Amino acid sequence: MSDDSFDVIVAGAGPAGSACAYALAREGKNVLLLERGDSAGAKNVSGGRLYTYALELLEPGMYLRAPLQRRIVREQVMLVEGRRATTLDVADPAWGEGVPQSHSVVRASLDAWFASEAEAAGAVFASGMRVDGLIEENGRIAGIRVGEDEMRADVVVAADGVNSLLAQQAGLFPDVEARAVGVGVKETIELPDSVINARFGVTGEEGVARVAIGCTEGISGGGFLYTNKGSLSLGIVFNPEQAAANGRQIQEIFQDFKEQPSIAALIDGGTSVEYGAHLVPEIGYHGIPKRLHREGMLVIGDAARFGINTGLVIRGMDLAIVSGLAAARAILQEGTPTGPAYLSQLEELALLPTMRAYAEFHGIFGISRIFREYPALANQALGFMFNVDGKVPPPMLKKLLAVVKENVTFRQLAADAWKGYRSV
Amino acid sequence: MSIKRLSPEELLGLDRFNVDEGHPHILVDKARCAVCAQRPCLTVCPARCYRLKDGQVAFDCAGCLECGTCRVVCKDKGVTSWAYPRASFGITFRCS
Repeated sequence: MSDDSFDVIVAGAGPAGSACAYALAREGKNVLLLERGDSAGAKNVSGGRLYTYALELLEPGMYLRAPLQRRIVREQVMLVEGRRATTLDVADPAWGEGVPQSHSVVRASLDAWFASEAEAAGAVFASGMRVDGLIEENGRIAGIRVGEDEMRADVVVAADGVNSLLAQQAGLFPDVEARAVGVGVKETIELPDSVINARFGVTGEEGVARVAIGCTEGISGGGFLYTNKGSLSLGIVFNPEQAAANGRQIQEIFQDFKEQPSIAALIDGGTSVEYGAHLVPEIGYHGIPKRLHREGMLVIGDAARFGINTGLVIRGMDLAIVSGLAAARAILQEGTPTGPAYLSQLEELALLPTMRAYAEFHGIFGISRIFREYPALANQALGFMFNVDGKVPPPMLKKLLAVVKENVTFRQLAADAWKGYRSV
Repeated sequence: MSIKRLSPEELLGLDRFNVDEGHPHILVDKARCAVCAQRPCLTVCPARCYRLKDGQVAFDCAGCLECGTCRVVCKDKGVTSWAYPRASFGITFRCS
């Protein structure tokens, strides 16, 4: 075997690519893992939470070696209406016990670690390498091109992210549609751990994850906030088509969110150290391309548009890792066609069944009033009930009905309830 | 000190870029942008690489965060070519 020939070439050292390379290399496969950034993670942005089961699936106990931030023990949902906010806080210490359910992560450190794990397992890792094209021979993908260099492999795994230019080049599926993605913007804000713990009501390495609705000027989307070690990840994801129609620059809406009093109090005194943006697959199961493989090629992770967003739970990195493992297992099954084996592994490892279980959830986000009217309604109704001004209050039921009518008609309410019911 | 609202320039000023001078990784056809009625790029590019200058769409790929949003939302195919920057160029995220 010559130097530039491998069993498998994995393009992209995000969680999907590194998981795949790791699982192949530990079984003795000759794997090349390529990353276009100067280091793994250098080109990646994510909200910032990894569900730990995926690392456990790859190798029990592996998460203990990973540079994870905080284990999430509080889940918060924030309904925003201008300066007002109503926040639901769900705390369950059990989420942090045993193998914690999830951790906040910072991709620059997580991805760099993951790629180094693949390397330690025997994969050849090369960063600063942009895959420029594919080698196609006799109807199969036979390798990749990096500049003038050609590298060959039995299988090329496209783990090149949501834009997956490689899968497009392979003719597997067209460019991602605007309606199928969200554009996320995010600031990383440094704060001392003692301040984070005090403000968020956690101790040690416990952490908080928050989603927010009502902070997007009515655009389909929502805010997020994750506590890390020594920093917070704060951002918003927008539906790009609706954001364009709204007409106000998305980073301006995001800066408004920083000034929302309930958010401002949490980030006060912090130092913004980085600004990032990324696309995320948003529509779940129905957004998965029909063809995820062809002879000599598999598509994994964001490139395959694996993602789940229930409004409360947002999953991507875990599915990426599981899909990387599924691809590796398929490749390791000698004698079976790799593509179909990959799809069966995605079933066996519960990725596709899980995405199917949430297949219609995206319909919830088709209820446009979720992003403005309902958060407003909640804040106005609760605001009224907490209000004391020394005057004789109006009858409670009458006032609450008035608050509802101010925001939605009963016809809309019924239609939205039906749509919500149909979606879940 | 209280945390401030940041302008697009200040936000991008936080980031580390290595701009590939003379080799833009995104090519934009101004003639097509001139007839585009919607111009979603002006609103949704998180780095504001697309701006209106004298009624025309002006594009500068310095500051591009490589997210792909412009490619996805472009209506009249004004984005004629979209690739990632050559290796070692573009954004390097350190703590995202």
